[in-house]
Amino acid sequence: MRAPARAFLSKGVNMKKKPIIAIAVFVALLIPATLSACGFSGDSEGGVISWLFYTISQLSSGIWLSLALFAFTLIFSMPLGLLVCFLRRSRFKVVELLAKFYISVMRGTPLMLQLLVVYFGPYYVFKIPLSTEYNFYAAIIGFSLNYAAYFAEIYRSGIEAVPKGQYEASDVLGYSRSQTFMKIVFPQMVRHIIPPVTNEIITLVKDTSLAFAIAFVEMFTMAKQLAAADSNIMPLFVAGLFYYLFNLIVSFVMGLLEKKMNYYQK
Amino acid sequence: MKLLEINNIKKTFDDLEVLKDISISVSEGEVVSILGPSGSGKSTLLRCATLLETMDAGTLKYGGETVCEDVDGKSVYVSKSKIKKIKNYFGLVFQNFNLFPHYTVIKNICDAPIHIQKRDKKEVEAEAMSLLEQMGISDKVDYYPCQLSGGQQQRVAIARALAMNPKILFFDEPTSALDPELTSEILKVLRYLASKKMTMVIVTHEIDFARNVSDRVIFMDDGYIVEQGKPEDVIDNPENDRVRAFLNKLK
Repeated sequence: MRAPARAFLSKGVNMKKKPIIAIAVFVALLIPATLSACGFSGDSEGGVISWLFYTISQLSSGIWLSLALFAFTLIFSMPLGLLVCFLRRSRFKVVELLAKFYISVMRGTPLMLQLLVVYFGPYYVFKIPLSTEYNFYAAIIGFSLNYAAYFAEIYRSGIEAVPKGQYEASDVLGYSRSQTFMKIVFPQMVRHIIPPVTNEIITLVKDTSLAFAIAFVEMFTMAKQLAAADSNIMPLFVAGLFYYLFNLIVSFVMGLLEKKMNYYQK
Repeated sequence: MKLLEINNIKKTFDDLEVLKDISISVSEGEVVSILGPSGSGKSTLLRCATLLETMDAGTLKYGGETVCEDVDGKSVYVSKSKIKKIKNYFGLVFQNFNLFPHYTVIKNICDAPIHIQKRDKKEVEAEAMSLLEQMGISDKVDYYPCQLSGGQQQRVAIARALAMNPKILFFDEPTSALDPELTSEILKVLRYLASKKMTMVIVTHEIDFARNVSDRVIFMDDGYIVEQGKPEDVIDNPENDRVRAFLNKLK
């Protein structure tokens, strides 16, 4: 009885090996970064492998910070985006306007400026002295607030792509508004938004480099410092390789998710 | 017993008066067909009856229980919790099915009875299986709607509505999205339900079907009921010119 459904489901789950290689290379590059945390480092004068080992171990703390900034921003901005999306769709005009204003400011001004505001704001407004740890938190807050605005609009497009008939069918069957959203609309929305969300996540990976504006020394900032110190541009390319490989993994994972959601057609 | 009573309903969209003054009542076991040209207000009447639209004026009662009263020419609805209960009273089958695409056939049918009506899962599933058998699609239990033909989807939609055990079932042009072959599939199901004494109100353009199956035919035009009565009277010997002109074009 279940066989035809399964045949339909397995359609197109034919994965290429490339992303697995990307993951392997990425993990391999992380080894020196991990080893350097244990006090192990390569040599700037030796062969290519040794040099790469040296460069990555120099970048290591920045790599982890970039990854942390990326992960925390996603964890906070995705749910926050849903909240902003709800406010944007509110029946109350005032709430809707406030959400619209928030989105327009977040999308309409440079992220770098927003980071500066979050970083220096507490000092200028409340005279709270700046601490050295705060720049990490400020970066996470700034990125999350900014990305929430973009995610809110992506969610909205996903929600509005769900046909009106779905709401009517749920209404007649007695689903409440929240039940309709959780059971009927949300799962269909998720499917609609995977491609634009993938776009946003990939942009976020690269945007983490903007955190240098508030003296947050992530990977790219470190690579610049290393390049300046050694008068060698190569560290920047090593950093570029990291972004590229990480984004390959992101698109691979999101591609899997998209296929998983393809179990039904509209 | 009157299952449905609507009195003096009025409904206006912006400046367009869609329902002008309509009263209709349906008794238990009765099959009522509503005919009429596009834009005559048939669908709006059904949508008001199923609470998808709120009516501007008039009263609505299900099985004697008031859903909305007329206070100084304006409809006033009862509390939300009462409306939630009354929604168990009726079901609606849509023109374009509106199945949930991310649920399998069985989940489409069982989800609301289990989670909204809080009925026993095993009992609901057994009932759903028997409904699917009656609909002739018991082999499609684990399919997704997109894997089914339009006729099969509509039969699932009918099973979904029936699984809620409604006392009265509304159909909004249930065959208009289907080709003639699939249409006959659905009409067969409707005939079967009529033989089981299911109370039904059907908006349709299938004149032959309306004549053969319904106990009463209502002809609507321009927001009014222009003629109603036994199908052989209304369809074969219409008194009203507008009805005669409409039916002649269909022949």
